Amino acid sequence: MTGHGPLLLQVSQLARRSVLRTFRQPINVVPSFLFPLMLLAVNVGGLRAAADLPGFPADSYLDFALAFTFLQGALFATTNAGTDLARDIQTGFLNRLALTPMRSAALLLGQLAGVVALALLQATLYLTVGIAAGVRPESGVPGVVLIVLLGVLVALAFGAIGAFLALRTGSGEAIQALFPLFFVFLFLSSMNLPRNLIEIEWFRTVTTINPVSYLIEGIRSLIITGWDAQALLLGFGLAAGIGSVALAAAGWALRGRLARS
Amino acid sequence: MRDEHGIQAEGLARDFKGGIRAVDGIELAVAPGEIYGFLGPNGAGKSTTVHMLTTLLPPSAGTARVAGFDVAHEGQQVRAAIGAALQEAALDPLLTGREHLRLQTALHGMPKAERTVRSQTLLERVGLTEAADRKVKTYSGGMKRRLDLALALAHEPRILFLDEPTTGLDPQSRNALWAEVARLARDEGVTVFLTTQYLEEADVLADRVGIIDHGRIVAEGTPISLKAEIGRPSVEAIPAAPADLVPLARVLERFGEPVPGSPKGVTVRLDGGEDALADVVRALDVEGLHVSHLQLHAPTLDDVFLAKTGRSLEGAGDELEEPEPVPA
Repeated sequence: MTGHGPLLLQVSQLARRSVLRTFRQPINVVPSFLFPLMLLAVNVGGLRAAADLPGFPADSYLDFALAFTFLQGALFATTNAGTDLARDIQTGFLNRLALTPMRSAALLLGQLAGVVALALLQATLYLTVGIAAGVRPESGVPGVVLIVLLGVLVALAFGAIGAFLALRTGSGEAIQALFPLFFVFLFLSSMNLPRNLIEIEWFRTVTTINPVSYLIEGIRSLIITGWDAQALLLGFGLAAGIGSVALAAAGWALRGRLARS
Repeated sequence: MRDEHGIQAEGLARDFKGGIRAVDGIELAVAPGEIYGFLGPNGAGKSTTVHMLTTLLPPSAGTARVAGFDVAHEGQQVRAAIGAALQEAALDPLLTGREHLRLQTALHGMPKAERTVRSQTLLERVGLTEAADRKVKTYSGGMKRRLDLALALAHEPRILFLDEPTTGLDPQSRNALWAEVARLARDEGVTVFLTTQYLEEADVLADRVGIIDHGRIVAEGTPISLKAEIGRPSVEAIPAAPADLVPLARVLERFGEPVPGSPKGVTVRLDGGEDALADVVRALDVEGLHVSHLQLHAPTLDDVFLAKTGRSLEGAGDELEEPEPVPA
């Protein structure tokens, strides 16, 4: 037992812990299900007339807006994952893990398992509510599967950002404090209107350079367009890219945090 | 399980940001199967030393070998040989005791069947069988410390590091933990490196004690030999009338040198040892001085600390906080 232990066993055990922790904190989990749906209801109620604008890409505003719930849910997953990891640092639990032959990769992947489990349930709920309210994804059943996949991938990417921030700051409070900043990124995207219908130039520019717009548009395309290769490539590509960079950064931060020989 | 290697350190030092030297070139030689008590006030450098010896913190200078492996270059081998219960029981309040043990044994690579048996054995050993499936957030401080110890023992380590294991525990829990640590060393030959700020703990449990202050070891030896160095007992007297403090001091100083004690009274180290106590009482009687309190103190480890540092161990570190190990 002098070397590193088997990666798969370590990942599965840490993933089990992460999932157990996630669902044993209903105070953190319930808002991640409810708040995105509440915001959806508010937006649809207040902006339904936007669907009458010439050039609006969907028949109903609900079809257009549903994609945003996945991003907001992913944001909750980010803060939950980050806060949990920061708590492990603050309580010394990370040191306990560091004293075992645990591989750094196992900790990160295991930690993100809770994010994936939560994102799967969130995506299923948002889709179920959307379909019950009358949304009919243009891409059909295969598209629904892709919507869930992209939702999970986005949550994973955001979760990796949360893990990186937790490892750098070691503070759950710092992660919570960053939540409003993340929220600004969501609102400065094409969440409420298609980019081509945004008339204020600076805002249209910001939404165009904000990667969150393309994550939303990837999911949205499967709901309102059908199979839009460009939107899907941009959505999946950016989610994978953000996730890869964030995971690499989190891995680097973990090595610094553990600082074990 | 007895191992031919214990713990050795030479010139071990650790600096933190801001030029703080938490550990300043300590030398250690802990024999296999020995219980070594590392005694010192808060902020003395105890936890930083443990973090370096357990590979959680790279030394700034010096070398250390644990179980025969270099802590700076053979971290994996060191970690495989040691168990550690660090300051504050590092547990997940949302997991049960059994879940903690399953995770710990799995991370050490034990096969599933062995994990189950080992977890049950350890739960029984630390008396947590009934609470095994309760979340840790419902545990008392003593139960958490016992689980912490069980986790440190999950992979049957040859060397055990315990960082202030009884801080905050009630006497019953503390005694139970002492008994288990003593049993581990006696019956299983486990080498124990124990940091503490409690004199009694070091006195009762440790085969040898190292006293650390400001990052340096200021005294080392068996508790008996250290106290013998100090040698003579002291007597403390508090006058019945506060106005008699000065004449009382004059009388007592005939029997030995004054040492720090209660501000309400006078304490002197008796040149004539315990036998001088009767003479002290007679002298007070002759002078007509009445005392409300008269007590003979045998030398303690606190006296050793006092003699070596000029301060009493109790409260000596209240103004200091040992820097938390953080990545460089």
